[in-house]
Amino acid sequence: MESMEIAGKLQERFPDEVLDICDFHGQVGVVVRRDMIVDILRWLKEGADLKMDHLMDLCGVDNKQRPGKGLLRLEVVYNLYSIELRHSIRIRAQVPENDATIDTVTTLWTGADWHERECWDLMGISFNGHPDMRRILLPDDWVGHPLRKEYPLKGSVEWSGLEKLKNKVVQLQEYDLSDGTLRTGAK
Amino acid sequence: MTRPISKTIEVPVADGEQYSLKMGPQHPATHGVLRVDLDLDGETILKCTPHVGYLHRGFDKIAEHRTYAQGVILSDRLDYIAAMANNVGYCVAVEKLFGISVPLRAKYIRTIVCEMSRIASHLLWLATHALDIGAMTVFLYCFREREVMLDLFEELCGARLTFSYPRIGGVRQDVTRHFIEVLQQFIIEFPKNIEEYETLIDTNRIWLKRTLGIGVLSAEEALSLGLTGACLRGSGVDYDIRKHRPYDAYDLVDFEVPTANEGDIYARYRCRMEEMRQSARIIQQCIDQLPPGPIVGDDAPDLVMPLHGNRKTEAGSTTYGNGLIKFLEENGEFPIGDTYVSTEVPKGELGFYFISDGSGRPYRMHVRSPSFIHIGALPALTEGSMIADLIANIGTLDVVLGGCDR
Amino acid sequence: MGEIKEPALVEIADGVKKVPGVNAVLGPLNKLVNWGRSGSIWPMTFGLACCAIEMMDAGASTNDLDRFGIIFRASPRQADCMIVAGTLTKKMSPVLRRVYDQMPEPRYVLAMGSCACSGGVFNSYAVTQGVDTIVPVDVYVPGCPPRPAALMQGLIKLQEKIMEEQFRWSQWR
Repeated sequence: MESMEIAGKLQERFPDEVLDICDFHGQVGVVVRRDMIVDILRWLKEGADLKMDHLMDLCGVDNKQRPGKGLLRLEVVYNLYSIELRHSIRIRAQVPENDATIDTVTTLWTGADWHERECWDLMGISFNGHPDMRRILLPDDWVGHPLRKEYPLKGSVEWSGLEKLKNKVVQLQEYDLSDGTLRTGAK
Repeated sequence: MTRPISKTIEVPVADGEQYSLKMGPQHPATHGVLRVDLDLDGETILKCTPHVGYLHRGFDKIAEHRTYAQGVILSDRLDYIAAMANNVGYCVAVEKLFGISVPLRAKYIRTIVCEMSRIASHLLWLATHALDIGAMTVFLYCFREREVMLDLFEELCGARLTFSYPRIGGVRQDVTRHFIEVLQQFIIEFPKNIEEYETLIDTNRIWLKRTLGIGVLSAEEALSLGLTGACLRGSGVDYDIRKHRPYDAYDLVDFEVPTANEGDIYARYRCRMEEMRQSARIIQQCIDQLPPGPIVGDDAPDLVMPLHGNRKTEAGSTTYGNGLIKFLEENGEFPIGDTYVSTEVPKGELGFYFISDGSGRPYRMHVRSPSFIHIGALPALTEGSMIADLIANIGTLDVVLGGCDR
Repeated sequence: MGEIKEPALVEIADGVKKVPGVNAVLGPLNKLVNWGRSGSIWPMTFGLACCAIEMMDAGASTNDLDRFGIIFRASPRQADCMIVAGTLTKKMSPVLRRVYDQMPEPRYVLAMGSCACSGGVFNSYAVTQGVDTIVPVDVYVPGCPPRPAALMQGLIKLQEKIMEEQFRWSQWR
């Protein structure tokens, strides 16, 4: 089935949820509201002529500087594929900035667990009902969500763990017999 | 004069109580900086929690500050064992994003290096997997063949590990006749080498005891966990992106995709051994069918290193087609939109989700890495089994932490 | 009766003399200790990223490190050199320092690869720009990744550095 046809069927089935359908080089993205996202994905996964059983990718996007109208600040993008019927679709669920939460899809795909943790870690979108919502790639006490557009590439404030470590290094240098180069605390 | 010691030392006794053990980030058998927290009852694992992120370098954020051509360097360092396949994946994704066409010769060359990369990666997988389980000879044999592969890569593009050889729109420089001859010789002898490895471990009692029936996943479980590549095919699901959504020259060559039904470690091992044979078959066909022609498309953006005189060095040529350069000239900016393209790297499905906002830098690049998902599946595989099976399971999932943490 | 002549000692290196006819070498204790240490550097594998693969290659058959007396040890308690191969991220830095602190004296650090030397390609929020902000480094081996032969050259440089040391045992407090 062509991706535009799937998007059309989705719009028939959930007319209030679908905000926009975009086509770019043959790949179709459907912009939806976040409220019934689990039902939408379940319908796509279990529909007899759709059978989109493979969640290829789940990621978060910050739309702050993105050209285009009618988009909320954040969005969660689901790329789905059907192994049996060989068709794919992209669902883009809009998430507002002041209430950056959305329902989890771990009930449909267990593997979405780590994708969603990464989304929380780097983008700051929290998932309702997730079994273990905590940071995965950055240390647990990291402040800020790096992939947001206002976060600079090198970060604005140094991580507290590294500051503590550098102080410790300067203290331990007193007992070190090595004559190698150490930049921390070098005069 | 000695002093009497008056301290008593408590020795904990394993009598059904839980014992917490941390396999730290620095460990010889975790294939990189992976930390696994285990709750044990004797040798049985009750709960297993992997912690990743010790190699998180911030690829997604760095890519937003680099041009698309500079991003090829970043894609190298994702799965550094099969770097060519990552480069090809990145280039295919950007080419799809902008509609850049690739000449046929470049497609064949990219298929050749991708499959060479697959062989090199599977050799390293076999070497480390067997070493962890205890078979050290296989490690030395596999590295012997891997050295031949790395020498070939070095002749092709000058680097042994992180190549950046495929470029957006083609490849950086052409193959030499000597390269083809040595590669041909290697391909003719390679099936005998695979048989050599198989005689070492295929029917070995210890290997069979450690791999048969361990780490079993059904097809539904594997698909729900998001596994791809040989981990999914070992459970019976026939999903290979080279057949489902062919890219480069994969629809012009003939090959089979091995699957197995049992879903245990031995099944995945057999899948990967067969994949090596099929890779040799693909390379042979590509060498036979290699057509003459240019190696870089006319639409390719700048950063092409010219080997001869009148190759262009900037985006703009008098002989462009209907592609990206024409679009740039007419509109003054790149096409705006988003694409998700995935390719079959040796570890599984590597996907790149690009959002372009019209400038020469990606607005958002997300890397869908197979290793990240596979480590997430580790608790499902290991809870209830023994510590030794944990090591075998980490080996069978074929993870590399650079790809996991990005 | 003739004189008893002392056998002439043959000088084989600066300050080190060989007694002819006997399997004996005479020299300052400092030089003999340095010769022993440089001839059997036991590195601890701290392979983090891509450079770890080239380190494995350096230890495998084609470029053999065993012929220099270099045997890789997994535990820091049994090692005297730490080869930091790969990118050091901020999350991993406390771990690196802890493992370095567990190594007994004399200990050396070799920073392998551009990421370990100075952060490499990755100038981002999560990467420590160089291992020498956390541990004192003796030898830097740049490259991305450095060839196994380059790593061997770095280790030989470390051997030369060890040979020039003075009384590294007499500072115990």
